[in-house]
Amino acid sequence: MAELQEFWRWTEYTWHHPEMDWRKGKRLAAGIDVGSVSSQALILVDGEIYAFSNLRTGSNSPDSAHKAVNGAMKDTGMELSNLKYTVGTGYGRVNIPFANRAITEIACHARGANFMAGPKIRTVLDMGGQDCKAIHCDERGKVSNFLMNDKCAAGTGRGMEVMADLLSIPIKDIGELSYQVDQEPPPVSSTCVVFAKSEALGLMRSGWSKNMVLAAYCSAMAHRVSLLLGRIGVEDQFFITGGIAKNPGIVKRLEKELGIESVKTKYDSQIAGALGAALFADTLLQKGTQ
Amino acid sequence: MEDGKIKGKAMVLSGFDQEESAREALEQALKEAGLAREAIGIIVTTGNGRKAISFAKGDVTEARAAALGAVFLYPTARTVIDVGAEESRAIKCDATGKVLDFAVNEKCAAGSGAFTEAMARALEVPLEELGPLSLRATQTIPMNAQCAVFAESEVISLIHSKTEKADIARAVHDGLSSRVVAMVRRVGLNTELVLIGGVAHNPGFVESFKRTVGLDDVRTAAEPDFVGAIGAALAAAE
Amino acid sequence: MIANYGYKDGSGEFFIAIDTDKCNGCGDCVPVCPPRLLEMAADEYDPLSEKTVAAVREEERKKIKYTCAPCKPASGRGALPCVAACEPGAIAHSW
Repeated sequence: MAELQEFWRWTEYTWHHPEMDWRKGKRLAAGIDVGSVSSQALILVDGEIYAFSNLRTGSNSPDSAHKAVNGAMKDTGMELSNLKYTVGTGYGRVNIPFANRAITEIACHARGANFMAGPKIRTVLDMGGQDCKAIHCDERGKVSNFLMNDKCAAGTGRGMEVMADLLSIPIKDIGELSYQVDQEPPPVSSTCVVFAKSEALGLMRSGWSKNMVLAAYCSAMAHRVSLLLGRIGVEDQFFITGGIAKNPGIVKRLEKELGIESVKTKYDSQIAGALGAALFADTLLQKGTQ
Repeated sequence: MEDGKIKGKAMVLSGFDQEESAREALEQALKEAGLAREAIGIIVTTGNGRKAISFAKGDVTEARAAALGAVFLYPTARTVIDVGAEESRAIKCDATGKVLDFAVNEKCAAGSGAFTEAMARALEVPLEELGPLSLRATQTIPMNAQCAVFAESEVISLIHSKTEKADIARAVHDGLSSRVVAMVRRVGLNTELVLIGGVAHNPGFVESFKRTVGLDDVRTAAEPDFVGAIGAALAAAE
Repeated sequence: MIANYGYKDGSGEFFIAIDTDKCNGCGDCVPVCPPRLLEMAADEYDPLSEKTVAAVREEERKKIKYTCAPCKPASGRGALPCVAACEPGAIAHSW
């Protein structure tokens, strides 16, 4: 197929602070989050965000980690050897050759969320490409209760990708299109993505529009995630990280179901893991130099 | 069925309209039996769409139908393992076909025939060739994914890393059988078992199942798709 | 911290919850589990702590419904060995 398109990717980008001079900093700490779909690197200079990247994960973790950290350091003159401590996290965390330590993404997301959205955050939901994590944390961003679902594709970014592919709709448009319906349809009844696919095809055969199917799938996903969150107990304030945070089709429906609005910040929700990892790196760096 | 003897049977693929599919199957079975619709005293349904058939007099659960049908065909059977397209179940029953205990895997493709279907697509082989293909495997490789969607990606990356398709096919069947066997262990394994349901047609699954369960021989129903319907007919006769 | 190991899929919710605040690190749960699902390890969810706690082995987390099946007969179920062995009561199963 010549017109074969990848409907499920986000756009890549890198950023660094235009005014900060990293050469004046004492503590250069980095966090690298190698996820299943995207990888992020974030550099803290004396505990402040200096630079980050959000790129696609390649075919192997070491290359993706290098690409991410080089992306963050692009045009800054910084080199890998300048970083004093690096923490790896995410799916590929154990395969980052230049990292000093690997820390699970659950701990990193809680810590990152605490920095991004403040110490009042108690519930963190991270919907990644291949998993879904529900975390309860304290005022320091320390995990107090968590669950991670990486066994089943339903309720993960992958479930959404499968649906986007089936309907040939770019994933970034799903949220908006799912609200272009005359009335909110009942949710797709199958949890399993394989069965939901057949159900979606059946609904289309019976005359549903693509947007209706999207709406039904988004609300099924929101419902499923709210059940998962129920297990750890949802407490205000509530924060969503990961790619799904960018999908209003799920976020708004989930907020409605939970009766709580999620905290929005100026930060890109996808960097929470890398940010948390960098914060741990910064802490470990300070511990080590004490 | 007439006086406990099978007169006619038919199988059609379930379409979008379950009632229509049921009617079509009934008409074909009547044709085979050479009977008119009026000759049928009572119709009982079973299966996923058993409640959706308006012309039926009653319905029985899949577990009950499977046990009744299996014991009718194989009087010594005490454990019935039904692996269907969308769900699978393990049933412990007595000599009369009464269900003593059962465990079910449903609403998740990983524990049913839908898993092999999805993997056959990922391997780009027709479903009916997946079983024979896995019998040609030369090594046992593990499959980590427990979800059909994630397993599809795993299969694709195995193909990319030049793993033999036959070995992948065996890994697929091993994955499914380990899940089915876990379910069987919940009701207790009686070696007088019979394998029914569409997946029993798949020699690759049967071979994996034997290895996983640790038995040299496993009885497979001659016509695994019809056991449930026979059970429903027996329930109707009662 | 309550660590929930396991998953939820279309067929149900399958979690083993370990309360790491209650876990005293004794390791009694490890040998009693027939398929050896549990291990004692550094608490990976609290990277700044040095405590050793019980955890479900990573490679087992996606299939506990199946691995735990022999301890959970469809009827006539007794006490689960891991739960019974844990004196401080730190282990709970969701199903």
